[in-house]
Amino acid sequence: MAAAPKRPFRWHIGVFLAPAVLVYTAIMILPLAGTLQLSLFRNIDQVQVFVGLENFRRLFGDPNWSVSFWNALRNNVWFFIIHMIVQNPIGVLLAALLSSPRLRFSAFYRTAIFVPTILSFVIVGFAWKLILSPLWGVAPNLMDLVGLKSLFTPWLGKEQYALTTLSLISVWQFVGIPMMLIYAALLSIPEEVIEAAECDGITGMAQFWKIKLPLILPSIGIISILTFVGNFNAFDLIYTAQGALAGPNYSTDILGTFLYRAFFGFQLQIGDPNMGAAIATMMFLIILGGVCVYLFLVQTRLRRYQF
Amino acid sequence: MSTATHSLPRTIGAHAVLLTYTVIALFPVIIVIMNSFKSRAGIFGAPLTPPTPKTFDLIGYTTVIGQGDFIHYFQNSLVVTVASLFFVLLFGAMAAFALSEYRFRGNSLMGLYLALGIMIPIRLGTVAILQLMVASGLVNTLTALILVYTAQGLPLAVFILSEFMKQVSDDLKNAGRIDGLSEYTIFFRLVLPLVRPSMATVAVFTMIPIWNDLWFPLILAPSEETKTVTLGAQLFLGQFVTNWNAILAALSLAIMPVLILYVIFSRQLIRGITSGAVK
Repeated sequence: MAAAPKRPFRWHIGVFLAPAVLVYTAIMILPLAGTLQLSLFRNIDQVQVFVGLENFRRLFGDPNWSVSFWNALRNNVWFFIIHMIVQNPIGVLLAALLSSPRLRFSAFYRTAIFVPTILSFVIVGFAWKLILSPLWGVAPNLMDLVGLKSLFTPWLGKEQYALTTLSLISVWQFVGIPMMLIYAALLSIPEEVIEAAECDGITGMAQFWKIKLPLILPSIGIISILTFVGNFNAFDLIYTAQGALAGPNYSTDILGTFLYRAFFGFQLQIGDPNMGAAIATMMFLIILGGVCVYLFLVQTRLRRYQF
Repeated sequence: MSTATHSLPRTIGAHAVLLTYTVIALFPVIIVIMNSFKSRAGIFGAPLTPPTPKTFDLIGYTTVIGQGDFIHYFQNSLVVTVASLFFVLLFGAMAAFALSEYRFRGNSLMGLYLALGIMIPIRLGTVAILQLMVASGLVNTLTALILVYTAQGLPLAVFILSEFMKQVSDDLKNAGRIDGLSEYTIFFRLVLPLVRPSMATVAVFTMIPIWNDLWFPLILAPSEETKTVTLGAQLFLGQFVTNWNAILAALSLAIMPVLILYVIFSRQLIRGITSGAVK
């Protein structure tokens, strides 16, 4: 502030900032740091002893932990892949249709398609569990209508299908978010760009692929990173639909449910806060890695498309 | 615009796709609510038809209201959500004002520090949060949940609100200063009323994850006294696996308040998402 060099200390800035910074630091930043720190310790005879990277060595090397860890990580990656290849194309398609000019009822479609996103995982998980249940017969009946009844199996109960089914349920729930963000991005494309394309004879599908898609790539980037963070932090849906054991036979176990079991213990396993902290640290590093890739590689390259 | 983009087959095609997806999105919700009003025979005999006078039955609802303590859970959720929302909006707006209005050393660093929490989920600090709550005796209190959700909501609230506060005219604030208003009065009397629409947007964004959260109620406040509706529904649904009437009724009771609020606020929410993304 060159204009007023001798200005008295401005207390009000501190007053305005203090509550937010205090709560945020005390409840979020310090516990995060505390968790990272805890992952380097182990409880031996009721005393926390510094053990360096020993917990991580156990997590990666000790078969008691590493089998579950790699399984959870693999499942989590698959969970994310399904989201990326199903959720984004559907989101782009719906947004492209919604943004077509003079489409009637578009507010209705938007509102209706967004409904699943506001529901809690508990509701979504249970509702789909009931619908896919062979006991009730909603899914087999529906498939019978289109003559595919023979294809029905209890998807959530079979090891080879359960994780994909849950990923698709999660896609069903969250497709509203990519749809909305891409819809907003499509609306913000300047009219002149579209008109210039039309003067050059680029219309319809070619216009979408050559003009609009490159312009909405930054939005697709944001959606991808949001999906990444959300997926590697997911817990509720699996816990609700399959329980903390992420059955059948751990086939739907992801890092969130693994963390919960390690931290709290489940059935015969005793809870271990230090191993829980080690898993949380791994999740932190994975998410941080994803965010860094996004910020430094994806976003800087995409920026030149922005207006 | 060329006429090709508005041709009839194209429009019909667009409506067909959108309508199909709307059905996919709404179908599970509708089928749950529809079947919750049926007798057991009706649920299993004809799950896809709406309740008829023959199959209409409220037995599920009477079971749920008789057995579960849903009213109480509902109150807990309401207290937690409203209190967290209040603190997120108040503290968030204050911090956003400080960051957008004043230039001081460390301003952008502070902004970056507060923005960290947008990408890093608070859930990863759970182990230490639980220790903190145990140490301060806050386990199984609603206060613990309110604190956690306030911290969780602040980063995004500060980020969005400071974007909007930059748009408030400087002339207005300076006019206030010339009239001798204190910085606090300028914030509460001049700026806050002007950013009310964006506060509503932030409120909706903050509210949904808090109301729907299962993780922190499960870990920090699982006692009967402090259960939220999401956790209550989860446990209740686990207990009544074979009582389909009760499960469907409980699910419908959990869906309906959210759905009603959504129908009221959907315009606000959708405008918030689209305006935020344009930036």
